[in-house]
Amino acid sequence: MAFKEIDLNMGPQHPSTHGVLRLKLAVDNEVVLRVEPVIGYLHRGMEKLWESLTYTQVVPLTDRLDYIASLSNNLGYVLAAEKLAGIDVPRRARWIRIVLVELQRLASHLAWLGFMANDIGAMSVLLYGFEARETVLDLFEEYCGARLTIHGIRIGGVPRDIDAAFAVRVRKVLDGIPKWLGDIRALLDENRIWKQRTVGVGRIDAADAVAYGLTGPSLRASGVDWDMRKALPYSSYDEFDFEVPLGRNGDVYDRYLVRLEEINQSIRIVRQALDGLPEGEFSAKVPRVLKVAPGEVFHTIEAPKGVLGFYIKSNGTDKPERVKMKSPSFINLQSLEHMCKGNLFSDVVGILGSLDIVLGEIDK
Amino acid sequence: MTPFVADVLIPAGKIVAVILYPMVMVVVMIWLERRVVALIQGRLGPNRVGFQGIAQPVADALKLFFKEDIRQRQADAFLFNIAPILVMFSSLLAFCFVPLGEPIRIGTYTLTLWIAESPVGLLIILGLSSVSVFGVIFGGWASNSKYPLMGALRSVVQVLSYEIPLGLTVLTVAFVARSMDLVEIVRRQESAGVWYGFLMPVSFVVFWISAVAETNRAPFDLPEAESELVAGYHTEYSGMKFAFFYMAEYAHMVLVSSLVVLLFFGGWLPPLGGVKALAFLHAVPGFVWYLVKIMFFLYLYVWIRATFPRYRFDSLIRLVWKWLIPLSLLNFLAIALVRFLL
Repeated sequence: MAFKEIDLNMGPQHPSTHGVLRLKLAVDNEVVLRVEPVIGYLHRGMEKLWESLTYTQVVPLTDRLDYIASLSNNLGYVLAAEKLAGIDVPRRARWIRIVLVELQRLASHLAWLGFMANDIGAMSVLLYGFEARETVLDLFEEYCGARLTIHGIRIGGVPRDIDAAFAVRVRKVLDGIPKWLGDIRALLDENRIWKQRTVGVGRIDAADAVAYGLTGPSLRASGVDWDMRKALPYSSYDEFDFEVPLGRNGDVYDRYLVRLEEINQSIRIVRQALDGLPEGEFSAKVPRVLKVAPGEVFHTIEAPKGVLGFYIKSNGTDKPERVKMKSPSFINLQSLEHMCKGNLFSDVVGILGSLDIVLGEIDK
Repeated sequence: MTPFVADVLIPAGKIVAVILYPMVMVVVMIWLERRVVALIQGRLGPNRVGFQGIAQPVADALKLFFKEDIRQRQADAFLFNIAPILVMFSSLLAFCFVPLGEPIRIGTYTLTLWIAESPVGLLIILGLSSVSVFGVIFGGWASNSKYPLMGALRSVVQVLSYEIPLGLTVLTVAFVARSMDLVEIVRRQESAGVWYGFLMPVSFVVFWISAVAETNRAPFDLPEAESELVAGYHTEYSGMKFAFFYMAEYAHMVLVSSLVVLLFFGGWLPPLGGVKALAFLHAVPGFVWYLVKIMFFLYLYVWIRATFPRYRFDSLIRLVWKWLIPLSLLNFLAIALVRFLL
């Protein structure tokens, strides 16, 4: 069956491109020769839009970047803005934020697990992952009324305090997650087909991963110990005891295992935060119209998908002069071609799934 | 019985039945699949149209019937149109050779529960089910589009590869039964007192795996892998033509399940027919046993689909050429040897 190289257009309408990504593939029979991601179908001009909004008005819009993990975007922006404005956030607020973003990381990883398993053909896992995620989203709904675009972190702190009753319900949800994970792992971990589809597929070694700027769980699956929560602790993360799971081979299977272990670590962090929640205010006093002295700042956090950074430049008014976002999905997508080259066409969807990209964040 | 009834009405009734029976089974199967997968996944599935949603497939077919029939300008009109017909036709035609039970005696007239009896019925069914591959190839090729083309290519390689172990295991059954007549094979299982599935478990397992691959079902559903090839070879089809492909796939599953039951699980025979204490099982009509067994294998299809991830193309081909074909060859030799010695 010799037939010459053909160009295959995958997306923007395709079941497994996670939104509106378009991949221009050059394939020889089923072997992938080149991959060229074409992005911008979801471009909403976010960064430019932020220049016309006040510092506080920007926060709800960050929900729409990585909509699977909106709280993490909130935190990334808010921390940068607070750093620029010199706002001191109370310790209790910082701990509540950690409860929220770690729950968000958990929800994001569960959604990713479902998407990726579905790409590889294990369609039931999609539903199992989402059902587990629902329990976490219920907590967000209870906390502030929203499930997807949550806007649960404000400049200066959080919008609401959490009480003992809420903590009890959080704990109950956390107790339920390991059972869901156990069921899913029983289906996948040692499944021969799953291993054939993931082990040794889409490999990237540590040096290449760093060179491509890969971050987040995908980087750690290659064995690079780089987690912003440990490397450059922010928002009281240095007060918590948790581990950073690392992979060895940098293949799809390791990325799968690393994320699953991160779910366990997130559960651990949330439990610690609920146990030792300090007393105090849940928000600092922030003026209604926040005017920031001229200056610029860049702050990074560890979002579920990788290192998320915000650069803000102020000109002394109540609106930022320039906001630039370093989005993890955008940068992680670069390494797709490196991972896919020489693999089969079927692997492209698996590798793309294992990278955990969100188009809202790539196109901004 | 007048000749008119015997020569005209009954054959006409049979022709209607041979179209209705697979269609009813297809409707039940589509409903079963959607409900069972939903239950496995913790959803509800269609449960509004008719009792527990049983009429949902009918409603879907009606919807597709009224859909616009789209044909791309670059598509080859003749092949594009003939492909779904070929697939549907070969599946339905094969049912003519599938017996539903022992002949029924009504007075002096013997009503046979099949349309065409042939000493090589088994071969004809296998041949017809291979014809449907042409429909897939034509459909994929004539669409003149890349995803259907890749789906069709995958389908050709996959089905041709899996027909080898399928044929070899069917041969073992024919060897032991000394017949290729499906009714005869069931009778031999009755007289032998043991179903061939228990006598030759290797044959059964190889046959079942190959049959799942042959029908393009999960985990071997690569020709229509929705996460890779959108919808595979029928991506460009719409309306009733798409419905034909869809229904033919399910009809094919019903056909394969019927074959498994006939070849390996005693067709319409009740379980443990030889045991005196269980003689009351004979009171249940054979057709009911037959249906129950078919439903079990259809359920198995759904269960497998809801559980396993999809194979990749290279491991799929490796599985058949490195494992199933050598295994079925060895199995064939062993059974031939035993049959020769006995």
